[in-house]
Amino acid sequence: MTVLEQPQVKEGVDQETVDAVREIGTYKHGWETDIETEYAPKGLTADIVRLISEKNNEPEWMTDWRLQAYERWLQVNEPSWAMVNYPQIDFQDQYYYARPKSMENKPKSLDEVDPKLLATYEKLGIPLKEQMLLAGVETDETSAVENRKVAVDAVFDSVSVGTTFQAELKKAGVIFCSFSEAVQEHPDLVQKYLGSVVPMSDNYYATLNSAVFSDGSFVYVPENVRCPMELSTYFRINAENTGQFERTLIIAAKGAYVSYLEGCTAPQRDTSQLHAAVVEIVAEEDAEVKYSTVQNWYPGDENGIGGIFNFVTKRADCRGDRAKVMWTQVETGSAVTWKYPSCILRGNEAQGEFYSIAITNNYQQADTGTKMVHLGRNTRSRIVSKGISAGQAQNTYRGLVSMHPRAQSSRNYTQCDSLLIGDKCGAHTVPYIEVKNNSSRVEHEATTSKVDEDQLFYCRARGMDEEEAVALVVNGFCKDVLQELPMEFAMEAQQLVAISLEGSVG
Amino acid sequence: MLDIKNLHVDLEEEDKSILKGVDLHVDAGRVHAIMGPNGSGKSTLSYVLAGRDGYTVTQGSVSLRGDDLLSLEPEERAAKGLFLAFQYPVEIPGVGNMTFLRTAVNAQRKARGDSEMSATDFLRMTREKAKQLQIDADMLKRPLNVGFSGGEKKRNEILQMVILEPRLCILDETDSGLDVDAMKLVAEGVNALRDDGRGFLVITHYQRLLDHIKPDVVHIMVDGRIAKSGTSELALEVERNGYADILAETAL
Repeated sequence: MTVLEQPQVKEGVDQETVDAVREIGTYKHGWETDIETEYAPKGLTADIVRLISEKNNEPEWMTDWRLQAYERWLQVNEPSWAMVNYPQIDFQDQYYYARPKSMENKPKSLDEVDPKLLATYEKLGIPLKEQMLLAGVETDETSAVENRKVAVDAVFDSVSVGTTFQAELKKAGVIFCSFSEAVQEHPDLVQKYLGSVVPMSDNYYATLNSAVFSDGSFVYVPENVRCPMELSTYFRINAENTGQFERTLIIAAKGAYVSYLEGCTAPQRDTSQLHAAVVEIVAEEDAEVKYSTVQNWYPGDENGIGGIFNFVTKRADCRGDRAKVMWTQVETGSAVTWKYPSCILRGNEAQGEFYSIAITNNYQQADTGTKMVHLGRNTRSRIVSKGISAGQAQNTYRGLVSMHPRAQSSRNYTQCDSLLIGDKCGAHTVPYIEVKNNSSRVEHEATTSKVDEDQLFYCRARGMDEEEAVALVVNGFCKDVLQELPMEFAMEAQQLVAISLEGSVG
Repeated sequence: MLDIKNLHVDLEEEDKSILKGVDLHVDAGRVHAIMGPNGSGKSTLSYVLAGRDGYTVTQGSVSLRGDDLLSLEPEERAAKGLFLAFQYPVEIPGVGNMTFLRTAVNAQRKARGDSEMSATDFLRMTREKAKQLQIDADMLKRPLNVGFSGGEKKRNEILQMVILEPRLCILDETDSGLDVDAMKLVAEGVNALRDDGRGFLVITHYQRLLDHIKPDVVHIMVDGRIAKSGTSELALEVERNGYADILAETAL
């Protein structure tokens, strides 16, 4: 018996090794879930918009809102000012709605969800069981194992598969559910806030999203409630030739606090796919919202074939006095990124912060940054952007800091650092600064540097290979931003930095 | 352990010869010191041994414990047990000293086919060894070499050496910029590592380091060659008379 058992064990070990080796140097989440999927017919028409609305069993006001957006979309043109090049998108040659067949009758709880879907999230490392998330986080000083709870809304193609910890959150008064559920259960809140930060006419992709968004997440934190756990949404694109259009709405009432995380991945394919999301955040008086993203959509291969077009509108409205919103993003995926998470600092003494790491390798292109619009008195904003380019990639920081006449004594500090690896990539910084009062102060610092040969040699002389050395130096370069991320994300982000830059040297 | 034969090296960019036939043999358990005037090629030798870019080996060979050293990448040399304590340690902003060390330790273990050291074991070992070099917790946390004083940088190099436990330790002017107390600490660190299985190549300008690290052999390097070798007496002679006598001898 023992003789028979031994090879079995060995085989298991070998398989693990094989998998581990296979994962090295490739996009880790490029696999596909084999699942029966229902699609809406290809293309975009008013009927498709109605169909999506019908699938979500929406009230009339919601359908009308979508149709209005669709009419508007027909009249606007795709923006061309960003420093990105991509082939013309044929909006009629893709699907706008894809739902796993098993989700036809919405499962009442996660126990009823198709095991294949659950397995997908398990493979992605996303906990859909209501368990403590065991985060083995190692800091410089100690190895701390911390137990933290993270509630997850899992979005698969066009639908939300399930949301965890809802009951526990409800006890605290926090609403955390899929967007489609919110339309059913909390129509008054949705109607009040939807489109109030990013109007349906905002820009081409936001308008498109307003017409065809299929699901997303909804968060409401009532007055003076500190959300008892981190909230997160994990977006997974699985279906081919399908766009994902999700909508997230986060409302933090007076004195509320919430930290929200967002992650995303997609299978590896030769054709590009569109992802056009809208995120709206409302922060009332003394409310604080932290929004962190680790964007890891499929970036295309080393020749620039395939990958996600990530055209996203994210904006926060600091409506009340002393409201505070902090955006942190780690952008490593997508073939093309077009994204400017912004803050409208409307309340007096409101604060906006934007911390960004954007890594582009091979043929990736990113045009990303933020807008800080200072309307209230004594408002503060801080922007720290770290752009890293390797291969043939192009990386642009584009940001607006606007001090309106009423925004007396306001301040902004901007720091944009670019790091180049190799001599075929590019880094660009395009800051727009408008100051319309004379008591405000705006500071802008920008640096561009190349990965230093002496640093790499020093690391290698201590035993690290070239890629490890680059990853270490780049992680150091990004430190200011990485430390703003919630702990479990920081670990993931650090590893992503290393993976994204594989093949960038030598 | 280390066998350098007739090594000729040019500076890549300037097409200039720096090493013009170095022969050197270091046995395990021995400490060799290399002294010599500025520009004689001492630092170049250490960089070439560690595998830095920018140099072309035009002739000769180097073997480390039987391996052809010159055909290996810098990280492979490190994994084979070669360590260079840099004359000018490099700053890496944002990378904690401890993080750097652990990455290095685990990279070498991986290259040798060993498993990674657990964070707790690593922490315990590092704290203990850092204490001997009077490196405090704060210095272990700070970004690598950023804002370190000259003495701190050098002590930190020795800490890395003590933790990585190399087979061949090359110290490139580790004594420069050190006060007497710091030099003692550095020397104690080095002496603690001395054993039968380990060789040392100590490059220095001054005899005073050799008061603390007693060399078995002293070489004087002049114009890209080992001009003279002897016992520790030779270092004392240089201290008294300078290089003039030796230069005169080699000119003949």
